[in-house]
Amino acid sequence: MPDVTCHFLNLTLRNPIILASGILGTSADLLERAAREGAGAVTAKSCGPTPRAGHPNPVAVDWGHGLINAVGLSNPGAAEEARMLAEARARLEPLGVPLIASIFAGTTAEFGEVARTITAARPHLIEVNISCPNVADEFGTPFAASCESAAAVTEAVKRNVGDIPIAVKLAPNVPDIARIAAAVVEAGADAITAINTMPGMVINADAGRPVLSNRIGGISGPALKPIALRCVYQIARTVRVPIIGTGGVTTGRDAAEMLLAGATAVGVGSAMWTRGVGALGDIAAELAVWMGQAGYGTLEEIGVRSEE
Amino acid sequence: MHETFTITQIRTENYRTKTFVFDKPFSGAQPGQYVMAWLPDVGEKPFSIAGADPLRLMVVAVGPFSEALHRLDVGDRVWARGPLGQGFALEGRHHLLVGGGYGVAPLLFLARKAVAAGHTVDVCIGARTAADVLLAEAFVSTDSTDFNGFVGEKSVKSVPSVEKLSITTEDGSLGGRGLVTQAVEAAIHARRPDCVYACGPTPLLVALARLCREHTLPHQLSWEAHMRCGMGLCGDCELDAVTRQVAGIPAGWLVCKDGPVLRFA
Ligand SMILES: Cc1cc2nc3c(=O)[nH]c(=O)nc-3n(C[C@H](O)[C@H](O)[C@H](O)COP(=O)(O)OP(=O)(O)OC[C@H]3O[C@@H](n4cnc5c(N)ncnc54)[C@H](O)[C@@H]3O)c2cc1C
Ligand SMILES: Cc1cc2nc3c(=O)[nH]c(=O)nc-3n(C[C@H](O)[C@H](O)[C@H](O)COP(=O)(O)O)c2cc1C
Repeated sequence: MPDVTCHFLNLTLRNPIILASGILGTSADLLERAAREGAGAVTAKSCGPTPRAGHPNPVAVDWGHGLINAVGLSNPGAAEEARMLAEARARLEPLGVPLIASIFAGTTAEFGEVARTITAARPHLIEVNISCPNVADEFGTPFAASCESAAAVTEAVKRNVGDIPIAVKLAPNVPDIARIAAAVVEAGADAITAINTMPGMVINADAGRPVLSNRIGGISGPALKPIALRCVYQIARTVRVPIIGTGGVTTGRDAAEMLLAGATAVGVGSAMWTRGVGALGDIAAELAVWMGQAGYGTLEEIGVRSEE
Repeated sequence: MHETFTITQIRTENYRTKTFVFDKPFSGAQPGQYVMAWLPDVGEKPFSIAGADPLRLMVVAVGPFSEALHRLDVGDRVWARGPLGQGFALEGRHHLLVGGGYGVAPLLFLARKAVAAGHTVDVCIGARTAADVLLAEAFVSTDSTDFNGFVGEKSVKSVPSVEKLSITTEDGSLGGRGLVTQAVEAAIHARRPDCVYACGPTPLLVALARLCREHTLPHQLSWEAHMRCGMGLCGDCELDAVTRQVAGIPAGWLVCKDGPVLRFA
C-alpha cells in the first residue's frame, strides 16, 4: 500500500486531507469528529475580533454543480475561540491530528490582535483568511485583492504569533494570484492555502430573487475545482512554500489532481454535504488506492511529477 | 436548490395551526425528514414533511416566518429544498408513536406508512390543553379519503386506523390529565412495542429517552435545533452539551444532517 504520510512544514500528517475552514469547525466536538473520521489535519471556522451572528437564512444551497454560501463569518469572537481551540488541541493531541486555527479581521491591526489572542491556544498552524473586506478601504475591497494589503496583513499576523507558522488563504477572484502569493511569501507567509470560494450569485427565476439572503455568496464544490487547480498550479510555479490546495475536491482522484497541480496537502469542505463527514477518511483511502494503481509510493513522488 | 410548490389546499387544524397541501410530491421523502421552506424576503426554516405525495406541511403560527406562511392562500407559492436529514425507519411490527404539540406532524405520515405495511400502531398525543391537540381524528379515521384529513391522497386505498390513540392534556381538558409520559408508560405495559418513535419538545424527548432506557426499548427520537445550512456544513445545529449528555446523544452529532431523528438501541 502506498504511503500517504504528508510532510507539511514541520508537521507530519497521517494523510494530506485537511478539513477546510468553515465546515464543521465550530466546536471542539466537531473538530474531534472530523479527526476521528480520518482527516490528516483539521481547520477551525474563521474567527474575528468580536462575536458575529452571520447572515439570515438562506445561507447556503446546492445549485446543481456546486454550492453557494454566505454564512457571514458567524463566530464567537477571538477570546472565546481561543478557549475552544485550546480544548480542541488537547483532544486532538492523542489522535495525532494537527489543529489549524483560522482568523479574519476588518483592519490590519485587528488581524494582529486576533492572531495574538489565538496564539494562546497553541494551534499548529494559523490560517489567515484575507477574503474579507478591508473596512479601511472606501470600497471594502478584500485584503486578498492587492499585493500591498495582503502583505501588510501577513506581516501584522507574523509579528504576533511567535514561532507558530502561518498559511495565508488566497482568493481566486484576482487578476494574477501568483503575484499575491509572491507578495505574502515575501512578507513572511510560511504556507499558502488556495483557494477560498469564488464570489457568485444564484437566482431562482420562479421566485424572481437571488436565493441567498445576502444575494451574493461564495461558490464551492465541484464547480470550483478547475479554478482551484489553475490557481494552485500558478502559485506552485511562483513560490516555494507548501500549498493547501482547496476547492471542489470530492474524491481521491480529485485530491490526486490537486497534488499534481502542486499542492502539498488538500483541503476538503463541501464534499461532506454529499458524502458525509466520513468523506475525509474515504478520500484519503481513495487517494492511496489511486496512487497504488498509478505507481506512486509516496506523496513526494507525486510532488516531483507536479514539477514536470 | 429550492423547488417551487403551489398550495392547493389549506386546512385549519386548530387556533394557530394550518396544514398546507401542495401541487406535487416530494419524491423519496421519508417520515421524519424535513424541508427547508423558503419565502423570498422573509426567510427559510425547517418543517417536518407531514406527507410526501403530495407534499404537505403542518405549520404552527408562533413567529415571523410561520405567520408569513399562514398569510398565504391557495394558489400561492412556497419554495422548498430537501428532503433533508435522516428520518424514522420502522423497526419490528408493533409501534408506539409519541407526539408532543406539533410533533405529531411527521408521526401521522409514519403511522400511515406502518399501517400500509400491515403493522400495528399505538399513538400517544400530549398537549397543553384540548385546543392544542392536533390531528387526533386523523389518526383514528378509517375513511380512506380522510386518513390525512384530505381527499385525494394518492397511493392509499383502504386505511385501517391505528390500534389505540391516547390523548393527554396538562389541564385534563381532553383525555387524561398530566404528562404524555404517563400515557406512554401505560401503553408500554398494555402492549410492549418493538420500537418507540417520538417528536416534540426537548424535555419530552429527554424524559422518553430515560423511560425507554428503563424499559430497554429501542427508540427513535426527532430533535430540534436552530438550522442554517441544512447540509451538515455550518455546524450551527449542534445540540447543547447538557441536552446531549442527559439524552445520550453522541458528541458532534448534527441535527440537520445526522438527524433530526436519532435511533437509540
Ligand atoms: C427539524 C425541524 C422540524 C420542524 N418542523 C416543524 C413543523 O412541522 N411545523 C412547525 O410549525 N414548525 C416546525 N419546526 C419549527 C420551525 O422551523 C420554526 O422554528 C417555527 O416555524 C418558528 O419560526 P418563526 O420564524 O415563525 O418564529 P420564531 O421567531 O423563530 O419563534 C418564535 C418563538 O416560538 C418558539 N417556537 C418555535 N416553534 C414553535 C412551535 N411549533 N410551537 C411553539 N413554539 C414554537 C421559538 O422557540 C421562539 O421562542 C421545525 C423545526 C425543526 C428544527
Ligand atoms: C459553508 C461554508 C463556510 C465557509 N466558511 C469559511 C470560513 O469561515 N473561512 C474560510 O477561510 N473559508 C470558508 N469557506 C471556504 C472553504 O474553506 C473552502 O475554501 C471552499 O469551500 C472551497 O473548498 P470546497 O470546494 O472543498 O468546499 C467556507 C465554505 C463553505 C461551503
